[in-house]
Amino acid sequence: MSVPALRLTDVKKSFGPTAVIMGVSLDVAPGSRHAIIGPNGAGKTTLFNLISGRFPASGGRIELHGRSIDGLPPHEINRRGLSRSFQVTSIFPRMTVFENIRCGLLWSRGYKYSFWHLVGGQRVLNAAAAQLLADVNLEARRDVPAGLLTYAEQRALEIGITIAGGADTVLLDEPTAGMSRSEADHAVALIRRITAGKTLVMVEHDMSVVFDLADVVTVLVYGQVIASGPPAEIRANRAVQDAYLGAPAEVS
Amino acid sequence: MEVLLVSLLNGLVYGMLLFMLASGLTLIFSMMGVLNFAHASMYMLGAYFAFSVSRVIGFWAALVVAPILCGILGALIEMYALRRVHRNGHIAELLFTVGLAFIIEKATQMAWGLLPVPYRVPPVLDRALFHVYGSNFHAYRGFMLLISILMFVAIWLLLTRTRIGLVIQAALTHPEMVGALGHNVPRVFTIVFAGGSVLAGLAGVIGGNYLVTEPSMAATMGPIVFVVVVFGGLGSLAGCFIASLIMGLVQTFAVVIDVSLADLLARLGIQVTSATPLAEVLTMPLPRVGALLPYLMLILVLLIKPRGLMGTRDT
Amino acid sequence: MSEGAVRTAAQPLAAGGAAAFLRRQWPWLAALVFALVVPWFSFDWSTGRHSGFIVSMLSQIGISIIFALSYNMLMGQAGLLSFGHAVFLGLGGYVTAHVVNATKGGALPLPLELTPIAGALGGLAFAVVLGYFATKQRATAFAMITLGIGELITSCALMFQTFFGGEGGVSTNRMTGRSLFGVGYAAPIQVYYLIVAWTALSVVAMLLLTRTPLGRMANASRDNFERAQFVGYDPRMVRFFQFALSGAFAGIAGALYTLTYEIVTYDTVAGPMSANALLMTYIGGVGVFAGPVVGAVLIVLLQSWVSLLSNSWLVYAGVLFIMMVTFAPMGLTGLVMMHQPIWRAGRLGRLIGPYLRLLGPALLVLIGFVLAVELCSFLTIGAAQGKSFTLSRITIDPRGARPWLVAGLLLVGGGLWLRVAMRGFGAAWNAVTEEVKTTGTRA
Repeated sequence: MSVPALRLTDVKKSFGPTAVIMGVSLDVAPGSRHAIIGPNGAGKTTLFNLISGRFPASGGRIELHGRSIDGLPPHEINRRGLSRSFQVTSIFPRMTVFENIRCGLLWSRGYKYSFWHLVGGQRVLNAAAAQLLADVNLEARRDVPAGLLTYAEQRALEIGITIAGGADTVLLDEPTAGMSRSEADHAVALIRRITAGKTLVMVEHDMSVVFDLADVVTVLVYGQVIASGPPAEIRANRAVQDAYLGAPAEVS
Repeated sequence: MEVLLVSLLNGLVYGMLLFMLASGLTLIFSMMGVLNFAHASMYMLGAYFAFSVSRVIGFWAALVVAPILCGILGALIEMYALRRVHRNGHIAELLFTVGLAFIIEKATQMAWGLLPVPYRVPPVLDRALFHVYGSNFHAYRGFMLLISILMFVAIWLLLTRTRIGLVIQAALTHPEMVGALGHNVPRVFTIVFAGGSVLAGLAGVIGGNYLVTEPSMAATMGPIVFVVVVFGGLGSLAGCFIASLIMGLVQTFAVVIDVSLADLLARLGIQVTSATPLAEVLTMPLPRVGALLPYLMLILVLLIKPRGLMGTRDT
Repeated sequence: MSEGAVRTAAQPLAAGGAAAFLRRQWPWLAALVFALVVPWFSFDWSTGRHSGFIVSMLSQIGISIIFALSYNMLMGQAGLLSFGHAVFLGLGGYVTAHVVNATKGGALPLPLELTPIAGALGGLAFAVVLGYFATKQRATAFAMITLGIGELITSCALMFQTFFGGEGGVSTNRMTGRSLFGVGYAAPIQVYYLIVAWTALSVVAMLLLTRTPLGRMANASRDNFERAQFVGYDPRMVRFFQFALSGAFAGIAGALYTLTYEIVTYDTVAGPMSANALLMTYIGGVGVFAGPVVGAVLIVLLQSWVSLLSNSWLVYAGVLFIMMVTFAPMGLTGLVMMHQPIWRAGRLGRLIGPYLRLLGPALLVLIGFVLAVELCSFLTIGAAQGKSFTLSRITIDPRGARPWLVAGLLLVGGGLWLRVAMRGFGAAWNAVTEEVKTTGTRA
């Protein structure tokens, strides 16, 4: 493969004496859809936090498009093209839906810390925000304060904000958590559509979503990778079945 | 040399007094996340209560009664006001304690007047204990040291030997976890808040007649105590202890060392004249800048090492 | 919440031009007209002079509005609690004083109308330097750093002569003879109109700032700094820019202060001045842009009138502040905003009765409290000053038992009655809000 979008080399993380991630190595090919699965407490979200710079790794290297991002602050990593969503929905609750999306666009459109542009009058910016709003099917809720949306709507909004900045590597942390079957199906369709052409890495517990969406699945157990490969391979892997998936049930 | 020794002793005494004040605040801040601006107000009330009580039943009774009054007041404030404000968030809590400190100062002015009150050291202690290089070591300072050490031992025993002490220790570093484990956290909070108030009140009882008892004593002492708490670090009483002693020594020595930056520069061969830019700043002698030191230290600690000396959590 | 108000005002010219603009912004325009006209209500036609007290109070209101709004750029918009905001007002004032003195001496041909620019630049410069350090932290640590900075600068202002003039401060004379409109500025009323102009300018500027990328991201970082990071913003830089700009506006207020009082002393940078900003902004309400304006007007009015009658203004201010923090952290404008959905549903009339029933007991408690405070004050402080407690020719002796009993009775009795009335009010409020919610969903 050419330069992987994301490469983890022997990444370790300990909190005090407790080792949470113990030497994880991972390559994510550009444009691929990569799922990370594993039992609770395996360290999946911690891994995301390490990649996105929320806290520093205790060892190993993390590279984005071949350049090291070790020790960079989160906003710096974001500006290099990596964006993420959070396990607990992370949006701007007091702003309207439209404002949320617009904020997601500001930096990538070059506004930086400008205090001399009035956002209301920025035609290109507002058109792009409106388009994104339509992409996540939230046009009808445009002027509603984001904190008042339903859970599924908030998740959709968060995905919208996540990709607004044009990041080419997107990390989604349990995007369908807490959703009903139909809501999850809608979310998956949205994710598929909206991350077309981008590199997607997601943590998921819902196996149907994983096997539906992912090209590559990595299984993380107790801070270590025990298997990585195409979904069918993973499904049949004995070690994975023992640790997490379970064997197909026998009907007697 | 004698100046050094005398200042060392004085600094130690002052540092222990600071520890009495700062330990309560560290406990409250670490456990409840509230930076209690009204903590130094308890110090002030302790001194004033002792003044009024000692005029009726004597200093030794006041030594017991005044801190208890402060403790009761602290418990009432925590139970009926702070808990309500807690719902509105950390900033609201902080602002509440700011407003409370302000009101207590005004109430003190109204109750006892604007001028310092003649809260004196009890006559039996008002003499020299021993001589050091020609200066007297005042007996009252020895008494202050004694009380501080006794209190320190009492806290240490309480925290390490009692059940409630263990809970408090745990809640110092992991308050949410303690609640999740089923302990009656609100009751622990009330006890800690009241306990902190008792300590502050006690510091006021023994410090008020040593220093001066006036309505602005809380505003003067407050920032110094904040520096100690931040410097020592959240979640660590040991750090608080060390920081208190350092602060006490720094403040005592600063008054004694009559040196300015210009003097230091002269040692390096650089002369500062009235024409030099910032001459005023450079020629200012240390004792005059003494009042500034706590604030400078506060800013520096928060910028350089916000966790303080031995802190386990961030401010 | 301010979102709605901000957004509706964001498309002034786009939707319907001047007429629509007037319809949406009429409160501000009305306030401006009122500010221009109000000194004439107290004009003494026989002597041809304005009431000195009124003009002075109005000038103070103008300065306070700018100061409080600049403070809310930090508190309400960026979520930063600062205990040292007066530093920038004072430093802006000191810079302006030196600039005006230089103008008088002929070194600087600056018209007086433009001197607040010096204040703005002074405030900006110091805010950049001090803010660089302060904004490295946020929340409690930031608040404590600003506390340290405030006290540090206050001590410097007392100690150093060259820039601060030590304890005596820096005096200046605003009649520099240089003016854009040929005005002499001998009369306070002329300074007042200059203040009105600069206040209007500052209000518009700060309002527009809330609609810029920086303003939006300040709100965003306040609400969720992690998400702000993941849209590419460094929250520290957002804090820094917001801090610097708020310092600039505080500097304008400081400049106007210098022009009004013609002297700047250390108390313009000290704690009580910073506390004033906090008081005005918080009581007015931090969630609405106009909140600090309301707070500034109210506090200056109260302070001016209460100080005429009593020594204990600060006590009342402190109690008011604590009441707001405990029961109404959203401030006065926030409280008004809470009534908006009820008003829209046309059910506001239902609350008139419950409010009236609160009025009686509330008044009793208030009178009892004021009585108690004044009695205390006259007992200790007043006695030392040789003053006696007189209420329209009746002298009340604080040493007797009767006034205390009356105060106690009012407090306790009124308090108990208030509790009952509050419960009734709460029930009425809940009932009305429920109704509004259900009819809302039906509609």
